Amino acid sequence: MDDFIAARSQMALSLGFHIIFSCIGMVMPFFMAVSHYKWLKTDDEVYKNLTKAWSKGVAIFFATGAVSGTMLSFELGLLWPKFMDHAGPIFGMPFSLEGTAFFIEAIALGFFLYGWNKLNKWFHWFTGMVVGVSGLASGILVVAANAWMNSPAGFDFVNGQYLNIDPIQAMFNKAWFSQALHMCLAAFTATGFAVAGVHALMILRNRNAGFHLKAFKIAAIFACIGALLQPLSGDISAKDVAKRQPAKLAAMEALYKTEKPAPLLIGGIVNEKDKTVKGAIKIPGALSFLAHGDFKAEVKGLDQIPENEHPPVAITHYAFQIMVGIGTLLLLVALTYFFILFKKKPLTEKRWLLKLFVFAIPLGYLALEAGWVVTEVGRQPWIIYGVMRTKDAVTPMPGIAYSFYIFSAIYVSLSVIVTFLLYRQIKMVPLLYNKTGANNN
Amino acid sequence: MKEVVITFLCMAILLYFLLGGADFGAGIIELFTSTKNRSKTRKTMYQAIGPVWEANHMWLIIAIVILFVGFPHIYTTMSVYLHIPLAIMLIGIIARGTAFVFRHYDAVKDDMQWLYNRIFRYSSFVTALFLGIIAGSLISGHIDTQATDFYTAYISGWLNWFSIAVGFFTVALCGFLAAIYLIGETNEYHDKRRFIKKAEFMNIAAVVFGAMVFIAAQRDKIPLIDWVFKSTVGLSAIVLASLSLILLWYLLIKGKTKILRVLAGFQVTMILLAISYAHFPNFIRLKSGNAISLLETIGPEKTIYSLGLALLLGSILILPFLGYLFYKFQKKEE
Repeated sequence: MDDFIAARSQMALSLGFHIIFSCIGMVMPFFMAVSHYKWLKTDDEVYKNLTKAWSKGVAIFFATGAVSGTMLSFELGLLWPKFMDHAGPIFGMPFSLEGTAFFIEAIALGFFLYGWNKLNKWFHWFTGMVVGVSGLASGILVVAANAWMNSPAGFDFVNGQYLNIDPIQAMFNKAWFSQALHMCLAAFTATGFAVAGVHALMILRNRNAGFHLKAFKIAAIFACIGALLQPLSGDISAKDVAKRQPAKLAAMEALYKTEKPAPLLIGGIVNEKDKTVKGAIKIPGALSFLAHGDFKAEVKGLDQIPENEHPPVAITHYAFQIMVGIGTLLLLVALTYFFILFKKKPLTEKRWLLKLFVFAIPLGYLALEAGWVVTEVGRQPWIIYGVMRTKDAVTPMPGIAYSFYIFSAIYVSLSVIVTFLLYRQIKMVPLLYNKTGANNN
Repeated sequence: MKEVVITFLCMAILLYFLLGGADFGAGIIELFTSTKNRSKTRKTMYQAIGPVWEANHMWLIIAIVILFVGFPHIYTTMSVYLHIPLAIMLIGIIARGTAFVFRHYDAVKDDMQWLYNRIFRYSSFVTALFLGIIAGSLISGHIDTQATDFYTAYISGWLNWFSIAVGFFTVALCGFLAAIYLIGETNEYHDKRRFIKKAEFMNIAAVVFGAMVFIAAQRDKIPLIDWVFKSTVGLSAIVLASLSLILLWYLLIKGKTKILRVLAGFQVTMILLAISYAHFPNFIRLKSGNAISLLETIGPEKTIYSLGLALLLGSILILPFLGYLFYKFQKKEE
């Protein structure tokens, strides 16, 4: 394996792994806070047990997310030292704030997990909220740093030199808001559907249905609101990308030729050699509308971009299709759910709806990963868009392939163990949290 | 702001050595505990470090972020030439961090515990060893940025007698810190005795490996003796460390347990000071005889200003909250 490809694969794998764990660590505290609040207000033991059961999951995910995040903060240098040499001082601001947010999150988690019966109950609830809020802030800050790579700001690039560095301006680059909004909604949607789905499965199997129904309802409402808002945020993102990164937008839609008006392609097989797309459904003018808000607008194709600045079209296009496809599907699930809620029909009788949620367990995360593939692969060949190429940033050390193999093995085994632990946690629910509310912490 | 940023960097590294180190030490102590006492050690340890566990590791993140934002050249030089030991340390951090949580949160306590325990103990040892190796390598003067072959560039920078001796010295110090910390976390007589034994053992190990560090330094032509004994600061730090060690053992016999950890922390701080003061602000000593200095490679002014501000604001939020966490969950003396 080529060292450059190995470095990119290792980075992609590490990020892909970390993203799932950090999303869960970022979103679950809010589910817990709702359940915790309901317990404090209603004194219903089931909510207390639910909060505790969830908090164990969060502890597992947080620890895994924390170590994979530590890994990433080193990996930026281990794999891309020439990038960090220049980028560090420019886009480091969100990272230094993120360090604070992450630290607060870790402290608050210590209070939350170990604070049962030891702290004032509202202070205890508050520490749980702090975990969520600081986790969310961490997420937004890290995405702001990534946004800088897509939309470099806060410096002047003159003759290969990075001058007049302004880290604040770099942090508030043009892409930070649209990316952070899209990511936060994605985190809530994906985690919400995954959690709701798992509990739906338990209801279908008739195991502690009362416990799982309460859990399902909390997770489902977050998931469905997220799925409902996500298309709006997607629209903001699309218009933003069209303006700033026409090459990425063209790759997302496999638009090889500039067109006016440009059609939206759904599906299709991309042939990168012939620069053609076969078998796609074309919606005339729709891409023009999505990109510029006007059905007749011109959309820049890859023909207007130098060949050596083209991102890999097929991967970007397929990933984009997966993301949008799943997003649409989840939107439909959300609308159905709201309709059933509105009709006030008991959920346990709607087994098909619960089955739909079970089916959706992995979908949100699939869409989320696909979205990151779009933004990262779609930025190539640049590591700092228009400024530094990814291949110029890679470490001079040979043999990165071995590093990639080792870390792949580690991430795969961690995923297996975490899944196994979660399976055991869920299996033990009837024993740990029975109707009398007794449990062994 | 330069001073603020450098102070925070030094403080984060020191706190990571002390708190993270005590945490590695807990795994190392478990490694050297006989099978019949292990589950008890584990329990005391969990009660002691469970709540503060994640927070202890945040200091590494803070240190690394300060390095890559404020001193990118130092960060990237380390990343390139110490790639291998850093990667091994990271594998250790991942393995022990996850094993520690998994073994506590596995809903079924069965044979898997055996696996988690193994991973936790050995990876604690490896992480501390490589943390020490990396620290030793930075001042060993073996890092060769002009190397043309793989071995000189990526191996000999850290695989040398001095770095390895510092690695083992670090392992012993971590074990010592953990044992002293754990003495104060148990009220039971037998447990206390056991941790005192462990502290003695680790103390002796630290002295032996400390001597090895000096021998290895002589062998690798590193002027360690000059740094430590020919500077007033170095010498006084060593004298203070020795005095505090005597005081520590005296108080231990007297049965005072809480003050011990302050003394142990002070001691390790003095050792670090003695080793690093003489070549401060140089951070990496190179084979060419040059050094990479904190002051000379510091990032642009605006970056340092906002970094310093972020650190100051962050510490206003973090420190009281963290202090309360430590206070709230400490073992009350009966």
